[in-house]
Amino acid sequence: MPELTKRERMKMERTDMPMRDACDRATDFEEVNLGYTSAMAVLEASRCIECKRAVCIDGCPVGIRIDDFLRYVAEGDIASAAAVIHEDNLFPAICGRVCPQESQCEGACVLDKKGRPIAIGHLERFVADRERTRSLTEPPRLTPPTDRKVAVIGSGPAGLACAGDLAREGHAVTVFEALHELGGVLVYGIPEFRLPKEIVASEISRLEKRGVRFETDVLIGSGTTLEELTSEEGFDAVFIGTGAGLPRFPGIEGEELIGVYSANEFLTRVNLMKAHESESETPVYDLYGRSVVVIGGGNTAVDAARTSLRLGADPVKMLYRRSDSEMPARREEIEHAIEEGVEIRYLVAPTSFNGVDGWLESVTIQEMRLGEPDESGRARPEAIKGAFETIEAAVAIIAIGNSPNPVLTRSTPDLATTKWGTIEVDEGTGETSIPGVFAGGDITTGGATVILALGAGRKAAAAINEYLVS
Amino acid sequence: MDRRFAICGASTIGPDIVRLVVEAPRVAAHAQPGQFVIVRVNDHGERIPLTICDSDPEAGTITLVVQAVGSTTTQLNVMTIGEHLADVLGPLGTPTGIDRFGACVVVAGGVGTAIVLPVARALTRAGNRVTAIVGARNEDHLILLNEMRDATNEVIITTDDGSAGRHGLVTDALGTLLAEGDVDYVFTAGPIPMMQAVAGTTRDKRILTVASLNPLMVDGTGMCGGCRVTVGGESKFACIDGPDFDAHAVDFITLSKRNTAYLEFESCRFDEATEAIDA
Ligand SMILES: Cc1cc2nc3c(=O)[nH]c(=O)nc-3n(C[C@H](O)[C@H](O)[C@H](O)COP(=O)(O)OP(=O)(O)OC[C@H]3O[C@@H](n4cnc5c(N)ncnc54)[C@H](O)[C@@H]3O)c2cc1C
Ligand SMILES: Cc1cc2nc3c(=O)[nH]c(=O)nc-3n(C[C@H](O)[C@H](O)[C@H](O)COP(=O)(O)OP(=O)(O)OC[C@H]3O[C@@H](n4cnc5c(N)ncnc54)[C@H](O)[C@@H]3O)c2cc1C
Ligand code: SF4
Ligand code: SF4
Ligand code: FES
Repeated sequence: MPELTKRERMKMERTDMPMRDACDRATDFEEVNLGYTSAMAVLEASRCIECKRAVCIDGCPVGIRIDDFLRYVAEGDIASAAAVIHEDNLFPAICGRVCPQESQCEGACVLDKKGRPIAIGHLERFVADRERTRSLTEPPRLTPPTDRKVAVIGSGPAGLACAGDLAREGHAVTVFEALHELGGVLVYGIPEFRLPKEIVASEISRLEKRGVRFETDVLIGSGTTLEELTSEEGFDAVFIGTGAGLPRFPGIEGEELIGVYSANEFLTRVNLMKAHESESETPVYDLYGRSVVVIGGGNTAVDAARTSLRLGADPVKMLYRRSDSEMPARREEIEHAIEEGVEIRYLVAPTSFNGVDGWLESVTIQEMRLGEPDESGRARPEAIKGAFETIEAAVAIIAIGNSPNPVLTRSTPDLATTKWGTIEVDEGTGETSIPGVFAGGDITTGGATVILALGAGRKAAAAINEYLVS
Repeated sequence: MDRRFAICGASTIGPDIVRLVVEAPRVAAHAQPGQFVIVRVNDHGERIPLTICDSDPEAGTITLVVQAVGSTTTQLNVMTIGEHLADVLGPLGTPTGIDRFGACVVVAGGVGTAIVLPVARALTRAGNRVTAIVGARNEDHLILLNEMRDATNEVIITTDDGSAGRHGLVTDALGTLLAEGDVDYVFTAGPIPMMQAVAGTTRDKRILTVASLNPLMVDGTGMCGGCRVTVGGESKFACIDGPDFDAHAVDFITLSKRNTAYLEFESCRFDEATEAIDA
């Protein structure tokens, strides 16, 4: 590509992500986004005006050297771009797909003011996919084995990132996972059409090649305790990445009706247990042609709504108690959901689930308006007196957030926790109140993001390494 | 990965009821009365909960007693020594609270006998006087009687048709015991209507009564909320807060309703599983 002036670059349009047609994709679980071609990637990367101070980097929680990787992409040197990304992010194929770029790297990009930030996420995804399918970079050189053993509890992004770094330092790492599959929310929560499971599996096999051992079907704290890992199984340090996996319910009438699901249950049945496939033994309610109501406005809610559509539900309505601009889900997913036919109603909250003979039939909702900002800085929704409505629903899916799973903390009395049940850690190192025990990800922050969990896992890995060699 | 969870014992102990001994060293090392495992038979299998009826930490094995009621349990019923389960996760759930209560009565119905047995053993070990009431449809459906006799001071048998023990329901026998004298603690497991009736029998006398509930489950780790039961007007997750709850506070009607959620799906699956096995 010929050298472009800064001015010319600023005039260029953002390269759209090719995607499947909405009617087509809303009936199956294949990925929605198709990925850039090489030409598209080069074109998009060359839009970057190479700011002296690349403020985009400030927006990335793990500080990827975005300007450098973009320059390599623009030059067509994908292997070098991949190497730059890998310095800070172990799983770029995942982050490129699921990071809330609009509030992170792309939100910080100077071109965002013009409404045309560089598509950093799409480009990161492009680089990672090329790298994965064509093995462009050499696997990292591993430090010779040390005689130290580390236990990682939970195989979500926090645990995987921590395990990957520690294995590179030569430590013997075992990851314990409660479920029968590895990946945490990446496999049981985020659906295939946003994050193909094959990508998660390939990242995990990369860790296996580094020597990480995985033991599924172990819920630490129920049976084997954390204490036993160090006192009896000889682990020198422990990382806790157990996530925030306990679904919250609104505590309103009718929650026990058949047809009321937590999003975790619904998504687990479909994503992890493949309930929609004919050979699967796990059931899920037949949604074909039936009305589904989803409560919440985060990624989980959008995923539940779009998954319902794919199981044939009609109509699918999302109920969110604040307005459009407060909705925490990724922008791209909200747009995709609307294109696919999800109807979003703002400023409404459920007040009861109504049923006949134990089965859900409708949801009564209350209209809200925005009041003063709350602790989170977002406008607090207030009920509008007397403004109720009842809408039909064969299935209601609740996605109003998760609390930390208490199994491990209950069985480890020495582990200091906050009043929300999250584990207290040292900000810089992830160390908990028990020496040699570290934690990171949703179990310390409450439900957050994949990249924050990855970052926390890596930070803890560095501290654990320090702890082990000192 | 090495194949884990080998079956090293399989015997039929009643109509459609098998006892399986499964290699699961981590579970065996920690299992306590009242706890259960989540089992998956194969890669497309459902995750189902089964009580740990017995465990041998030295051998690294646990004993499960499975009644075939649907697809997964039917597949389990025909498994043989040397085969493997895809997954065994446990021990799960809060162990049954064992104390020196005094005079205890454990009330079991059908396959619930397998759930009651480890609790009966623990109560006896803790120095209680334990009476077991074991009920079944008929003589053929009575299981684990010798084990129960070894574990308790007395076993009272009731059958619906009078083919063994007393003719009648477990609650008739329980009512007689209550009328005769002091009962300090009651533990029950079995069909939901039976547990509900047991709770009804002891309610007026305010006798501490614990029921081991059997809602539908998925993960068994507190992640899905599918196992929620209404206890004292509140939602509780049976897999981590239970499965034992104060029987007087449990909403059995809702529990029994919720367990029918997938009846239609399950009966298709059951037919398929039976056909596959017959073929
Ligand atoms: C449906 C859904 C969609 C989301 N979409 C996005 C998105 O688009 N972008 C984004 O950035 N974030 C998204 N998130 C949030 C993101 O997935 C989480 O912040 C992230 O996965 C947290 O990672 P983690 O490693 O801390 O925990 P998790 O991913 O929750 O993993 C924890 C793992 O630990 C296991 N575990 C728990 N307790 C134990 C124990 N005692 N012993 C052994 N194992 C245990 C669990 O089974 C689980 O596998 C989404 C979340 C959900 C639920
Ligand atoms: C904590 C706990 C411990 C249990 N322990 C044992 C045990 O030791 N031995 C044993 O045989 N069973 C036990 N059960 C019941 C067992 O889990 C179910 O029978 C099993 O899940 C049925 O699976 P399926 O695929 O064979 O049948 P499905 O096809 O899933 O169901 C067939 C029929 O069984 C009913 N059913 C489904 N799940 C349950 C359930 N959880 N409880 C009662 N009825 C159900 C359905 O309503 C349906 O009528 C336990 C359940 C729980 C929650
Ligand atoms: S990791 Fe996430 S925030 Fe960082 S550059 Fe990549 S997409 Fe942006
Ligand atoms: S802020 Fe935007 S334009 Fe500037 S270097 Fe970063 S990506 Fe390029
Ligand atoms: S079975 Fe999922 S929370 Fe209990």
